[in-house]
Amino acid sequence: MRHHLNTIYVTSEDAWLRKDGANIVVEVAGAERGRVPLHMVGGVVCFARPGASPAVMAACAEAGIALSFLTPEGRFLARVEGPRTGNVLLRRTQYRLADDAVRVVPIVRGIVTAKAANQRTVLRRALRDHGERMGGDAKTALEAAEARLANVARRAAEAEGVAILRGIEGEAAHVYFGVFDRMIQGDRAAFSFNGRSRRPPLDRVNALMSFLYALLGHDCRAALEGVGFDPQVGFLHADRPGRASLALDLMEELRPVLADRLALTLINRGQLKARDFKLDEGGAVSLADDGRKAVLVAWQDRKKRELRHPFLGEAMPMGLIPHIQALLLSRHLRGDLDGYPAFIWK
Amino acid sequence: MKTPPPPDPAAEDALVPVSALQHYLFCPRQCALIHVERLWAEDGATAEGRLLHERVDGGKPDRRRGVRTVRGLLLRSYALGLAGKADAVEFHGTTPYPVEYKRGRPKAHRADELQLCAQAMCLEEMFAVPVPEGALFYGQTKKRHVVAIDDELRMLTRRIAAETRTMIAEARTPPPRFMPGCRHCSLAGQCRPKPLEKPPAIRRWLTAQLGD
Repeated sequence: MRHHLNTIYVTSEDAWLRKDGANIVVEVAGAERGRVPLHMVGGVVCFARPGASPAVMAACAEAGIALSFLTPEGRFLARVEGPRTGNVLLRRTQYRLADDAVRVVPIVRGIVTAKAANQRTVLRRALRDHGERMGGDAKTALEAAEARLANVARRAAEAEGVAILRGIEGEAAHVYFGVFDRMIQGDRAAFSFNGRSRRPPLDRVNALMSFLYALLGHDCRAALEGVGFDPQVGFLHADRPGRASLALDLMEELRPVLADRLALTLINRGQLKARDFKLDEGGAVSLADDGRKAVLVAWQDRKKRELRHPFLGEAMPMGLIPHIQALLLSRHLRGDLDGYPAFIWK
Repeated sequence: MKTPPPPDPAAEDALVPVSALQHYLFCPRQCALIHVERLWAEDGATAEGRLLHERVDGGKPDRRRGVRTVRGLLLRSYALGLAGKADAVEFHGTTPYPVEYKRGRPKAHRADELQLCAQAMCLEEMFAVPVPEGALFYGQTKKRHVVAIDDELRMLTRRIAAETRTMIAEARTPPPRFMPGCRHCSLAGQCRPKPLEKPPAIRRWLTAQLGD
């Protein structure tokens, strides 16, 4: 069994990573700020501008540690790929499948079904936790959306073509984001959600979601590379230069579970305040330094939480789910499974 | 030493590692996961084995009581389609004598003997002399076991080498079978023999997950 290893998030903008013996050392302005043995690290996400030494890059590549560089705002810049990533046979199968409109259906069906089902679970949990305190309007709207998503998920499980499934996915997003704002409690003035905006995020909820999706995207991409996939060739998402389409595919079913639910918790428990965000003159909203740190700590904690995997039936930390799903997808492509057992959260 | 001329590049390309034979004997699926799918996972046992071999291979040639020992000698046989590395080869006169180091103890199955036999047959082809004997050294018992490279062992080695090469050439991964040995397999986390041995029809499974 693969262990869930910690991911190091380097958030100081002027940090520099280097290797010392079998350790990763984080330096800021020439002073050592942290030191971790390589064998305890599963990934490194570096938001710093100076970067990392070639020696630490080589050590990460050799040890299978995913090392990614993001801008301080969280936009993906680059990652280090070593000689051990990738498997040409799996990639060829992946490419053939991506071009085959019939054989791709069982995968896309799994992803869309699980996504709608997991969005529904987010609504159900909000109703369970806060239903009593909600206004009658909000409760009714959430109950109606929940029932609709149950129906959408069932139709997805029966769908026979990718085009239909893409339509169903759009419908699920419409229903879910249509009531997302109703799940937000507490400081309503600071946190209101008016539809999904990404480029740029136009409110604090969207800024938080985008940041969490960037973290999840990094984990999904690393998980896919870890089992030998090409993260750029997807099944639900069409190829687009520079886009990690397969990582986006894998994220779909996991977004409600790992990211959306955490966003709601952080807001509703008051763990994030209005001042944890920056608003720029053009209307773009992003996390401020302290807010970003609070989100990263919560993200790490959440990944350590155990749950029971629906297909394997064993308990595991949430952080391992992207890896297990990537593995199950590869077992489907290699012929062990006649479909992709997507992650359905209950 | 005489080295035959290199054959055509295709034959050289098709050589598979001697270690693949042992993987294949233990479990053909494990062999395919390692040599076809290129999955690898280190656990305590594989790390110990690797360190042991790094120590053994790292040694310099020495000569004791007239026997010259070469460590980490590169091996190959075009007849078997194998390439690899010998832990140690002693030269008794002009006759090579392979010695393979094992971490554990002697086992009920013949995997270790087969690996030694493959090495012996590589040495025969490379040096064009008969290699009638070799030895296995076990770390736990610290004892040396002499192995006769007889006809029966040679036939088994030829057969397993051919099966292994065919499987790797076809890039085929056999379906999982849950066995007692799976508990000791470092690849169990990637192989998942239990849930994948008789997996449900995924479409029905998916629909069933949607129930309350």
